[in-house]
Amino acid sequence: MSRLEELFKGRSKKALLMPYTTGGYPTVKDCRQVLEAFIAGGADMIELGVPFSDPLADGPVVQASTQQALDQGVTPDDVLQLASEFASRVPVVLMIYYNCVFAYGQDRFVEAAAAAGVDGLIVPDLPVDEGEEFIEACRARGVDAILLVAPTSPDERIKLIAGSASGFIYCVSVAGVTGARTSLSEQLPDFLGRVRARTDVPLAVGFGVSTSEHAAEVARFADGVIIGSRLISMVDEAPDIGDGCRKIVKFLKEVNEVLK
Amino acid sequence: MTIQSRFGPYGGRYVPETVIPALDELAAAYERLKDDSGFRAELNSLLKDFVGRPTPLYFAGRLTAKLGGPRIYLKREDLCHTGAHKINNTVGQLLLAAEMGKKRIIAETGAGQHGVATATAAALFGIPCAIYMGIKDIARQELNVVRMKLLGAEVVPVSSGSQTLKDAMNDAIRDWVGNVEHTYYVIGSVAGPAPYPALVRDFQSVIGREARQQVLESEGRLPDELVACVGGGSNAMGLFAAFLDDQVSMTGVEAAGEGLDSGKHGASIERGQRGVLHGSMSYILQDAYGQIIEAHSISAGLDYPGVGPEHSWLHDEGRVRYDSVTDAEALAAFTLLSETEGIIPALESAHAIAWIVKHAGDYGKDGVVIVNLSGRGDKDVHQAARALGIME
Repeated sequence: MSRLEELFKGRSKKALLMPYTTGGYPTVKDCRQVLEAFIAGGADMIELGVPFSDPLADGPVVQASTQQALDQGVTPDDVLQLASEFASRVPVVLMIYYNCVFAYGQDRFVEAAAAAGVDGLIVPDLPVDEGEEFIEACRARGVDAILLVAPTSPDERIKLIAGSASGFIYCVSVAGVTGARTSLSEQLPDFLGRVRARTDVPLAVGFGVSTSEHAAEVARFADGVIIGSRLISMVDEAPDIGDGCRKIVKFLKEVNEVLK
Repeated sequence: MTIQSRFGPYGGRYVPETVIPALDELAAAYERLKDDSGFRAELNSLLKDFVGRPTPLYFAGRLTAKLGGPRIYLKREDLCHTGAHKINNTVGQLLLAAEMGKKRIIAETGAGQHGVATATAAALFGIPCAIYMGIKDIARQELNVVRMKLLGAEVVPVSSGSQTLKDAMNDAIRDWVGNVEHTYYVIGSVAGPAPYPALVRDFQSVIGREARQQVLESEGRLPDELVACVGGGSNAMGLFAAFLDDQVSMTGVEAAGEGLDSGKHGASIERGQRGVLHGSMSYILQDAYGQIIEAHSISAGLDYPGVGPEHSWLHDEGRVRYDSVTDAEALAAFTLLSETEGIIPALESAHAIAWIVKHAGDYGKDGVVIVNLSGRGDKDVHQAARALGIME
């Protein structure tokens, strides 16, 4: 069992909390403060995004944050550096688009991630059918390749994905891109039931989860809650980074209350 | 036979899991219908009576004389309804979408030709349609924006990233991810995730099938060379596909923009590296970290940092030569063809003309060359006039 799986299995709360932010956003320095706020707010794991010029699984909020990071010259190495600074305190999972992995060199990137202490890698545009070598490279270095399933995935595909999954399965709550939404999909319990019936790997839900009410709802059916765009918006809208981080800590603590 | 999803190491389906089932559904529908006699009959009837096929293979006598040979033929895709080859593909895909019971159409567009062709086919089938277009392209292709609106399409301005075709395609994919169950995505080039590259090639391959038969009729032999411009590469694949098993040389002409060494060009094959963009593995313009670099070309249709995966494979295999011409050379060819043949070509197609102008001497007087005149230049007259100093 991987470290992430052990973390899920040994938890004493309904669901684990995994906040997301884009590596190097709003700046590399201020990103450290955001990650500190994640820990202060009670994050069980942290998801850190590697900025990419063409993030086609992301909505406007994450897109803008990656563009801002790229404009400052943030590279995958910078994000690996950030990950290594925090990985000893909290499990870190990286989200990275496939072209960045490919350009870095698949094996070389997985090796660098493992060296940085990263526990899992999420590649949102690498479906299981294209990911065989990547998943193998991760397995060889003890890093979980976190695979995604979507509400549109038929049962046979869920089975196929579950067969290669480790760490946790990232369940996309709605057919769509990342971004805060006013309500969760009514089909979510049904969808998570279909996934649960086909795997023992823990399930975490992301995309559109943006309030403690959403988190409470998700925790009834899943093992983990991923929140991203809402947190980035808090940094966006705050007058300064200190204020944004205080809002993040307060919000994450509220979410943690409902996850108890 | 199942639909080709890989061309050597290129192609594939590098997209979010959410749309994988839709790609499976599309591949299955196309597989079922492509050799169905009813589907073929309906497609052929639309190509004949709505698109206006077959298009002529025109002997460009004055251009031939001016260059002193070879004998140059123009495949007149500019005479297709809507003014470019793009409609061959959109009519085919709309027929597929209608058969699949899809209720909404989306597409991306650069120069606006694919957007117009999609809006046209959507109107023909009575299905609502939204076209994603970068705000830079909206500004330089106003005529096509108006045409799309007249055809009842919604034009969605894209202000992210490079604000051109690349980002229009990102946003179209994002829309599709969110509406995948009832929406059909009409990709306009031989790019994107499988099965699109093979599907679009097949719908465009009518160009080469006609040209092959026409040149055999007029010359009694196959040509020595085929020339076509390459952005994503649909008109080139459409012409080349029917000749791949023949002893015929082929050249794909990319946009050298302000010069290959200026950093401002669209030459993905000549100057790109292998990578993944918009769902497929191919040659792309990128930096050392895999960030996509903006392309540049005077022609909006060639202003794309990727290329269809089959072109990358044909390049590696050495089956097709890929070369490039600059904005200035394309502009000169634009003028030359207008003055010598009475045909105003699209700036995209002018790249193919410019290539044969440069290389005419490589063929004997009796050589035979087919140039794909993929579109007409009405959409480009304002931009050309500015560049040529005809207008302020």
